[in-house]
Amino acid sequence: MIKLLKMMRDNQDRILTDWLNSLKTAARRRDLIGDVEVREHARKILTLISNPPPNTVLEDFSSEGWQTVRDQLMEISISRVAHGSSPSETAQFLLSLKPVMFQLIREQLTTAPDELFHEIDVTNNFVDAMALHIAESYIQSRDKVIARQQEEMLELSTPVVMLWDGIVALPVIGTLDSSRAQMVMESLLQAIVQTNSRFAIIDITGVPTVDTLVAQHLLKTITAARLMGAECILSGIRPQIAQTIVHLGITLNDVVTRSKLSDAFRLALERSGRTVVQKAGHAPVVAPVAGVS
Amino acid sequence: MSEQIITRSEILPIRTQIDLVHVRQRVRTWLSEERFTLIDQTKIVTAASELARNALEHGGGGEMEMSLLAVGARKGIRLKFSDQGPGIADVAMALRDGYTTAGGMGLGLSGSRRLMSEFDIQSSPGSGTVVTVTRWK
Repeated sequence: MIKLLKMMRDNQDRILTDWLNSLKTAARRRDLIGDVEVREHARKILTLISNPPPNTVLEDFSSEGWQTVRDQLMEISISRVAHGSSPSETAQFLLSLKPVMFQLIREQLTTAPDELFHEIDVTNNFVDAMALHIAESYIQSRDKVIARQQEEMLELSTPVVMLWDGIVALPVIGTLDSSRAQMVMESLLQAIVQTNSRFAIIDITGVPTVDTLVAQHLLKTITAARLMGAECILSGIRPQIAQTIVHLGITLNDVVTRSKLSDAFRLALERSGRTVVQKAGHAPVVAPVAGVS
Repeated sequence: MSEQIITRSEILPIRTQIDLVHVRQRVRTWLSEERFTLIDQTKIVTAASELARNALEHGGGGEMEMSLLAVGARKGIRLKFSDQGPGIADVAMALRDGYTTAGGMGLGLSGSRRLMSEFDIQSSPGSGTVVTVTRWK
């Protein structure tokens, strides 16, 4: 093995050139990753493999000595995920090293067939282990990206806005499945405490379907807000949603509802002892006719 | 009386929460393509959401078969939800408003019946449940 590593060290430039050439012939989408980056990745990997810590053997890729190589593979996989390469392209990057190494070993060990076969076998297994590792790292990296996006979406979709001193509004957009409903409830209750609000408007204009589960989540949120001393107003109930709620048999008797957010806001202002007046000398603003969407 | 024919049909799996979103979206897409009114769309999608969730949560998952029907010039949509779950022992009880075994509002099944034109439920303990609902344009 020492011999093989020495062989790699001595021929590093040649291996790199051959590897990059073999990568060029292999199917690769050059629009995704530039030649410079591929070259840099290949060079780093080769340097790390050729100069492992003492007593590290090629037979055992999971050993301590190869940690730096594994870290480097992880790093490459992250950049591959970011560029949008497929897992097979990513693994192909390492597998292309095989023919190059085989050729080199064959040239160096023509006179010792047993040794030749052994070295080829070791190289084969080692490159396979690296390819498997990078494929796994690739999936891990992508899972992380997906998890982060999901979290971002959860946060994005539940903004609580302060409409006035003591009045907060929560425009709900999209499906209210269980995890989102929980998030909606938490962010609203927190905003009520933080802003010391007495009125909370939940606007469901952006909720496509109000079924019994969604209604139940809304009612729970309203009850919880009430327990905290805030009055809830439900707004944005479109005609078709209103009819559906009635047919489903859901009763919203205890809930103050308004069809539009502006009506709910006006109500909250009135209940908190404020009125909106038209200043003398200004032409009254004519409300546009609500378009049916 | 013209014969009832199926002009379009599709089967969707109900295995995960994501499938429920997919069911709602597919039903809504079909209905808007077939020019159902907005109120009809909302009612049918809501019923589909309820029944698909029942199949997932009580029946352990199943599938929905969505068919577009035509009788002469009249169009309708039929949704058939089937699961291989434990089944319902007392169907009459399950159809009562406010009856729930899972902490819900107890309006899913009975509410869906009111949202659709026709409603049929076949179930017995151990043999799963099939709910078929139809709404005519």
